[in-house]
Amino acid sequence: MASSSAPKYNSHSLESSSIKRTLKDGANWEKSEEIPRLPGETRVTDKDVIYMCPFNGPVKGRVYITNYRLYLRSVENDPVVVLDVPLGVISRIEKMGGASSRGENSYGLDITCKDMRNLRFALKQEGHSRRDIFEVLTKHAFPQSHNLLFFAFANEEKFSENGWMVYNPMSEYRRQGLPNERWRVTFINEHYGLCDTYPSLLVVPYNATDDDLKKVAAFRSRNRIPGCNQVLSWIHPENQAVIMRCSQPLVGMSGKRNKDDERYLDIIREANGQISKLTIYDARPNVNAVANKATGGGYESEDAYPNAELFFLDIHNIHVMRESLKKLKDIVYPNVEESHWLSSLESTHWLEHIKLVLTGAIQVADKVSSGRSSVLVHCSDGWDRTAQLTSLAMLMLDSYYRTIEGFEVLVQKEWISFGHKFASRIGHGDKNHADADRSPIFLQFIDCVWQMSKQFPTAFEFNEQLLITILDHLYSCRFGTFLYNSESVREKEKVTEKTLSLWSLINSEKSKYTNPFYSKELNRALYPVASMRHLELWVNYYIRWNPRIRQQQPNPVEQRYMELLALRDDYMRRLEELQITNNSKISNSSASSTSPSQMMSQIQTHF
Amino acid sequence: MLGSGAKAAKPSFVSYISPEEIHVKEPIEKEVNPHLLPGEQLLCEASTVYKYIQEDGSNRGTYGKLVCTNFKIAFLDDDSTSDDNEPQFKNKIIGENDITLQCVDQIYGVYDEKKKLLTGQLRKYPEKLIIYCKDLRVFNFCLRYTKEEEVKRIVSGIIHHSQTPKLLKRLFLFSYASAAPNNTDARNQTVMFDTLEDWRDELERTKGNVQYKAVSTNEGYRVSEKLPLYFVVPICVSEESILKYEGRGIPIWCWSCHNGAALLKMSAFPKEQDDSASQMQKAFLDGIYRTIRKPPYELLKTDDLSSSLPSLQEIQTAYTRFKQLFLIDNSTDFWATDVKWFSLLESTNWLEIIRRVLKKAIEVVECLERQHTNVLLIEENATDLCCVISSLVQVMMDSYSRTKLGFQSLIQKEWVIGGHGFLDRCNHLHKSDKEEAPVFLLLLNCVWQLVQQYPPAFEFTETYLTVLSDSLYVPIFSTFFFNSQHQKDTTATGESLKTQSGPFRFLTVWDWSVQFDLKAQAFLNNPLYAEKPKPEKSQRKTARFKHQRQLSLPLTQTKSSPKRGFFREETDHLIKNILGKRIGKFINSSDEPPNNFREFYDSWHSKPVDYHGLLLPRIDGPEIKVWAQRYLRWIPEAQLHGGGTIATAAKILDLMEEVQNLQVKMDEEHSQAVSGGIHAVPMLRNSARLSSLFPFALLQRQSVKPALPTSTWKDLEDEDDLVKRDDEFVDLSSDIL
Repeated sequence: MASSSAPKYNSHSLESSSIKRTLKDGANWEKSEEIPRLPGETRVTDKDVIYMCPFNGPVKGRVYITNYRLYLRSVENDPVVVLDVPLGVISRIEKMGGASSRGENSYGLDITCKDMRNLRFALKQEGHSRRDIFEVLTKHAFPQSHNLLFFAFANEEKFSENGWMVYNPMSEYRRQGLPNERWRVTFINEHYGLCDTYPSLLVVPYNATDDDLKKVAAFRSRNRIPGCNQVLSWIHPENQAVIMRCSQPLVGMSGKRNKDDERYLDIIREANGQISKLTIYDARPNVNAVANKATGGGYESEDAYPNAELFFLDIHNIHVMRESLKKLKDIVYPNVEESHWLSSLESTHWLEHIKLVLTGAIQVADKVSSGRSSVLVHCSDGWDRTAQLTSLAMLMLDSYYRTIEGFEVLVQKEWISFGHKFASRIGHGDKNHADADRSPIFLQFIDCVWQMSKQFPTAFEFNEQLLITILDHLYSCRFGTFLYNSESVREKEKVTEKTLSLWSLINSEKSKYTNPFYSKELNRALYPVASMRHLELWVNYYIRWNPRIRQQQPNPVEQRYMELLALRDDYMRRLEELQITNNSKISNSSASSTSPSQMMSQIQTHF
Repeated sequence: MLGSGAKAAKPSFVSYISPEEIHVKEPIEKEVNPHLLPGEQLLCEASTVYKYIQEDGSNRGTYGKLVCTNFKIAFLDDDSTSDDNEPQFKNKIIGENDITLQCVDQIYGVYDEKKKLLTGQLRKYPEKLIIYCKDLRVFNFCLRYTKEEEVKRIVSGIIHHSQTPKLLKRLFLFSYASAAPNNTDARNQTVMFDTLEDWRDELERTKGNVQYKAVSTNEGYRVSEKLPLYFVVPICVSEESILKYEGRGIPIWCWSCHNGAALLKMSAFPKEQDDSASQMQKAFLDGIYRTIRKPPYELLKTDDLSSSLPSLQEIQTAYTRFKQLFLIDNSTDFWATDVKWFSLLESTNWLEIIRRVLKKAIEVVECLERQHTNVLLIEENATDLCCVISSLVQVMMDSYSRTKLGFQSLIQKEWVIGGHGFLDRCNHLHKSDKEEAPVFLLLLNCVWQLVQQYPPAFEFTETYLTVLSDSLYVPIFSTFFFNSQHQKDTTATGESLKTQSGPFRFLTVWDWSVQFDLKAQAFLNNPLYAEKPKPEKSQRKTARFKHQRQLSLPLTQTKSSPKRGFFREETDHLIKNILGKRIGKFINSSDEPPNNFREFYDSWHSKPVDYHGLLLPRIDGPEIKVWAQRYLRWIPEAQLHGGGTIATAAKILDLMEEVQNLQVKMDEEHSQAVSGGIHAVPMLRNSARLSSLFPFALLQRQSVKPALPTSTWKDLEDEDDLVKRDDEFVDLSSDIL
């Protein structure tokens, strides 16, 4: 590598090499002059700027803006510093300084990103040099606010796999053994008439008629979203207990009741053949559920639902989560809080929220697994905390979801098709950075998955890289996967026809996302320990921009294991060869292979 | 085992099984005898003691006999049926229900549901005994069903033998040594540093022999009882100077770096009241400095550790608070502390001390490696923080210290022979609490940080460090039971004169076969270690001139050669030395050490790691972690079924075994021999289901019930208005028809 010839302790090489370390996340150097371009990506403008790197100081460079990305290449640094940022991650663009501002590099742009970093560019003060770049950036970073299409609709990439084929609701239900004598598939929502935030295909109790469903939907609804009724997410293969999801009942201050809803819950309870009570997990803290009555919502009271047991899981709302992530960013970017790291981390409450979500999911999974009762999960609307709980519980109970394909199905099913409002929560292409609807609910879910994979390093077929890639493209708008709020909108926008799926990218190079330590284990419930003693901040994601924080890529343990695997395969091949030659009694064949003991002496033996 | 009959009670240490439940299973009066070591004597015992299984907060447990010997406190299970599932990792000396007297930390009695610390004479005897151990186990014994007589005897016996001051010669070490003369092969490969030859070899190994010499001035301890018989000083230091102040003010050599810079230590002069005396001392020191500051010696930097590092008192306080977090009584306790876990951890200050110590070690490394200056560590006796820093520096710079033998030799050199007061610092004799400080544990905690940050760089595992820390409390080895070489020599000969059996020959802790059989010893070796050529005695001396990293596996892709650290190319080495000197001088004059440190640290971390070269720990907030294996290993709530790092380690071990079997088969095919059937015994069966607490889990929970937090709710005071909001505010009332 070019750097090795540079003087060792020269500060210049220190800077550039620490930038180089952040290679996988977009800042690295390249020798070629080519600006990377995806098929369908078009160049819009370019300009000389100074990149105010928070770790290495000002970097002179040229920034290139396309309809997909912001790309910076340094002009004076050797080796070259590169920044490669999809416009989708941009949350906010601000002008800093004015034409008359004094001080070096005080005039320019400040860009806030959704992926835990900020970018700052300084420009020459003369001639309103930033006006056009500001406008171009704003236009292409926030296409929704400018009546433009997402880049996903212009993307012409080709992949060997078609990710849109990964999830087929019918075959996923069939995998679970559905429909059966107790559960049926209904197309009542085919045109999203019952509930426009639910998928078209639903699984409901066999004994509930479509008419029943309509009546129940009315009680489980809100004016904007009519009809979110209880539908099945997952069924336990042995004890037939199920996980159901829905939104809060419309109880209101007066304590309204609905006979149909009450009967419906009874049907669910009976559907797994158990006589015990149905368990309802309300994801909210008790006080919030009570407070929701004031706005017409509420929870299932004991009077109305004598055959149900209600538990609150104390998970906070989307606003609390958003503030928590904001605080987390403050302590990790650009500099990591040093001496009071632990108490600062605690004060963000981020891991505490992770703990609560995991604890809730463990409770759901444990209840279902015990076989004593089916479970109904809801929060207020049934697309945020509910999705976190059901998907995590399913991940704990069903080892299929711990494979790469299974995980894709899980995300596609519990999040995308059941109407987690990705567009609102992420704010894809929307300039309104302060929108109160934005919240890192999905990120929190991925963090929980990471915590589980960290606690059980052999239980997941996928690695950390998959999770990071998912999060990167949650924002990038390169794929249609996470665009829009619901299946009904996606259908209207013809997302599957006009865009590519993220799973196409992933399934085309699966080896990159495969955990070598994975051991397949069927039907094993996996319960993480939701204790602060085990929960950790996901450094490789949240602090990945900081070159001072360790990013051991590749992980040495993993690398060592891969070496051993390769060695084993090599030995097996040689052994086979030897056996063939020995069997055919050709004694003069030793020239081809070195003595295995010679090779073996290089493996240390401890036994 | 008492079945689920007792399960109904509340999960709290104050609840007991009700008397009615006792007939669920009558304790069988059967004679169970403790397994006694040579020289071990039974002192007192009590039967029908009920030991709680601290598993799920219930009151399940077993009946048995509680005994106290001159070596240990032991609980003997009446129901010894569990013998058939032998654990894979077992200590031959200390069973799972054995507590050596030195391992007892604190004993509490429970009276009317109140916990009370038990120390001296007791007027009233408790219903329940809680023993907290220094290896962080917690034992709960119920004495309700024990005869009053026996309760008195056992409780006062245990307290007397484990908590009150005792004479050195009363240590079990001596009874054991006289009853079981050490017949093991004395030729342990660990370098003991008790001969002049060992020091000369070390000088030669590190190429320190040009400027430093091993001296025998202290033979007969005529210089000082605190100094070892043999040690190393700069060649220019005369015997008279060494003798003048009992070795104080003399730079004593620890180690030489590849570029010739050396790490030295010196015991400081105590604050002198007498002005003329202190004038003389100052003149003496100036003379010493003058001689070692001129060529051929490098520039000298001094570092007074007593002012630049936390005091022993601070270290002791921090550790006392820290360990308390892991001595969990029950599940309720566990979850109650979980809510504020991070701030609790931080308030102990223990991790911050680890960070500061690591940082100090990096600063010293920077001086040696980059500035090419000698570093002189100064401390009152040069036997506490000096040992920590000098050991850490060597672990970071000398890859030999990262092998098992190298590390053990290092501990011998810097700690055991170096004169760290293990007896006082561990308070083994309960002489004085003021002297107690976990200095050696601090080193192990720091080394652990390196081990977990750079797994392939160490020949030993974290399990090795954990059992080493446990061995601090096993008084059959002399290693950690003396304050100095002098004390060991004089006591050993003095005591043996009385028994007329010649000087005692004690066991050394480095003979791991005493504690562990071969199968268990395998857990001490790191399968990820990227080995260098076999460190045979003759080769070891030249090992550091091997420039290329010898890959232990043939298939590693050749990386861009990491050109840094210990094993660099000769020319590069030379250029850097010249550069280093110049930079060193320059920086000395500009006087800005913090930036030096940062730059050195960042520069090193920006390059790929050479596991056989220089190794610097990462010390940013998120990188300093709790040594989970040591501190969480007995806590069932913290257990992950089939998870933890052991899950991957087990897979690696399995795969290595497979590769080895293949190799055997290939050899057979080669020699066309009839298959002899020599196959390695599988190490870890069903490894996927191992507990993360493995190999220490005392009781592996059978149930797969998840551990659920019992107290999770916490007010988010500062965000009250946000908390109360709905996700998306919409008035739903109008919706209801």
